[in-house]
Amino acid sequence: MVERTPILNLFTHLILFLGFVFCIAPFAIVVIAASHSLKEVNDVPMSLLPGSDFWVNLQTAWTTADLGPKLFNSFVMAAGVAAGKVIVSALTAFSIVYFRYRGRTLIFWLIFVTLMLPLEVRIVPTYAVVANVLSPYQAILDVTGLSWLIEKISGVEVSLNLGLLNSYTGLIMPLVATATGTFLYRQFFLTVPDELTEAARMDGAGALRFFVDILLPLSRTNMAALGTIMFLWAWNQYLWPLLITTDASHATAVTELKQLIPNVGGMPEWHIAMAGTLIVMLPPLIAVVAMQRWFVRGLIATEK
Amino acid sequence: MASITIRDVKKSYAKAQVVHGVNLDIASGEFVVILGPSGCGKSTLLRMIAGLEEISDGTIAIDGKVVNKLEPRERGCAMVFQNYALYPHMSVAQNIGYSLKVAGVAAAQRNQRIQAVARILELEHLLDRKPAALSGGQRQRVAMGRAMIREPKVFLFDEPLSNLDAKLRVQMRSEIRKLHRRLGATSVFVTHDQVEAMTLADRLVVMNGGRVEQVGTPAEIYGRPASRFVASFVGAPAMNILEGVVALDGISLLEGSRRLPMPRAGLPVGTKVAMGIRPEAVRMVDPGAAGAVEATVDFVEELGAGRVVYVDLDGASFSVVTSESAHPAPGSTIGLKFSPSDMHFFSSETGARLDFFVASLPEPVV
Repeated sequence: MVERTPILNLFTHLILFLGFVFCIAPFAIVVIAASHSLKEVNDVPMSLLPGSDFWVNLQTAWTTADLGPKLFNSFVMAAGVAAGKVIVSALTAFSIVYFRYRGRTLIFWLIFVTLMLPLEVRIVPTYAVVANVLSPYQAILDVTGLSWLIEKISGVEVSLNLGLLNSYTGLIMPLVATATGTFLYRQFFLTVPDELTEAARMDGAGALRFFVDILLPLSRTNMAALGTIMFLWAWNQYLWPLLITTDASHATAVTELKQLIPNVGGMPEWHIAMAGTLIVMLPPLIAVVAMQRWFVRGLIATEK
Repeated sequence: MASITIRDVKKSYAKAQVVHGVNLDIASGEFVVILGPSGCGKSTLLRMIAGLEEISDGTIAIDGKVVNKLEPRERGCAMVFQNYALYPHMSVAQNIGYSLKVAGVAAAQRNQRIQAVARILELEHLLDRKPAALSGGQRQRVAMGRAMIREPKVFLFDEPLSNLDAKLRVQMRSEIRKLHRRLGATSVFVTHDQVEAMTLADRLVVMNGGRVEQVGTPAEIYGRPASRFVASFVGAPAMNILEGVVALDGISLLEGSRRLPMPRAGLPVGTKVAMGIRPEAVRMVDPGAAGAVEATVDFVEELGAGRVVYVDLDGASFSVVTSESAHPAPGSTIGLKFSPSDMHFFSSETGARLDFFVASLPEPVV
């Protein structure tokens, strides 16, 4: 419906503008605070005019928090999670939608249930597994008495150990294993007409060929959207990296921001903290801007 | 080119059986049209030939080789789908050449064959376009090109023209016919449109309720329908059917004030029969003419070249196609005459055709 009412137009624009100001104001304050000196940033009230120490603050933040390697870590983790999600979800959704096999419904619901059990809920067991990936198998062997048997026969004590703490794999894997992406793909695959599948079969394409040649190109926008969302989500992870990176060499930029936040009784260096925040905010911002066109298309419409 | 032999083919889903033992022989190079109302099992039968549906019982053989367990690609069939089913992300050339790409044909050779097919279908200038940028008729041609390029033994068409507008449909119909003459490949065409069926078919298969009602040339189907269903399904406007009962002096039609006596043809008295006559075979005469039946005009449909007159014949609705200039007004009374040789009789019970020597029937009298 198109209405031509100037007053209503003005009113809606006013509301949009207010909303815009509401969203952008915190960022403006961060940028302004990041450009002040130590003294200026602690003035009450803080001046809302930009100061002149912007570059100096950025440099200080960069060196203090050692952001170079940390940003690299963050990037590896976020890109790894995004790529892993895009691939694993596509495969699982393909299996659920296009194949009829025994236990398919069960698997579907198991995946569905993980939606209700996000990482934060099962963080202790997940930590235990990542600390020693083989611990569940060890437990099985212990409970069934097999490890006792093996020890008796061969004299070797069974102790399986594969730790993933302080590794990229440990950072990435648990974040990949969630169901959101699978559902996004599933919904899309269900909209792909059956005739297309049949046409591919008539053309002689097997299941995998159909997946690679037809389904994946058709879900490009979905992949872009999912990839972007997952990149942002993984980049912003705090709790998980904090838990499993005991060694600073694998810490991510987001967890390292904490180094910049002034301690109680320490120097109130909020301008440095803000500058650091700006740096850490930048990569996701670039990702969103670059992927925005695809991203929106993937979420709102299917290209057919 | 290949023959298709269908033996006792049945298809059941979890609860319902949709195809009940179909037998059909399709000769090499023949153009066979399967005609029937929606839900009669015609598409299912086609998809079983293609290998897209499993065959519950019976066998389908292509060129004498039973294909029940073969994958679609191993059967040598190509299919044109109702909604074209073009790959939306591929160009026309890629769409046409996809089956060759899957088969591992080298790019140079592939291009050559794409060009050849595009030339036949007049698609050469569209090869770089995406399906979304094509009109309905062009998409239809691409779908046919995709089927043609594999040089299949059998072409399968699943209502390929039903998404086109009327004019394009007529045009594509003649193109398909021309193409078949040129390629000579065995073709099976499924449709619910009888005009399409009549014009395309070498041989027509009429299906109803998962069974084959009649197989024959279009002229046979029209001229000697094997069942009441075929009689009323083929032909537009539909054949007029009057219910009757075998009486002592012949067949009594139109119970009530009027009887149209016919010979009994050896049927026991009291047998219920149905008499059918095509609207084209009914002549309109003056109400008082000798041997004419009187009827009241309900309404008239103008067709340009002629008109269809719908009349009320003692409670039964009846239609007459006439090309004469006579233009009866609704509500007026007219006379109808029909020749016994144009009449078809069907058993009311089974719907099967009852054959007796109609030429010897006397003129019906009032």
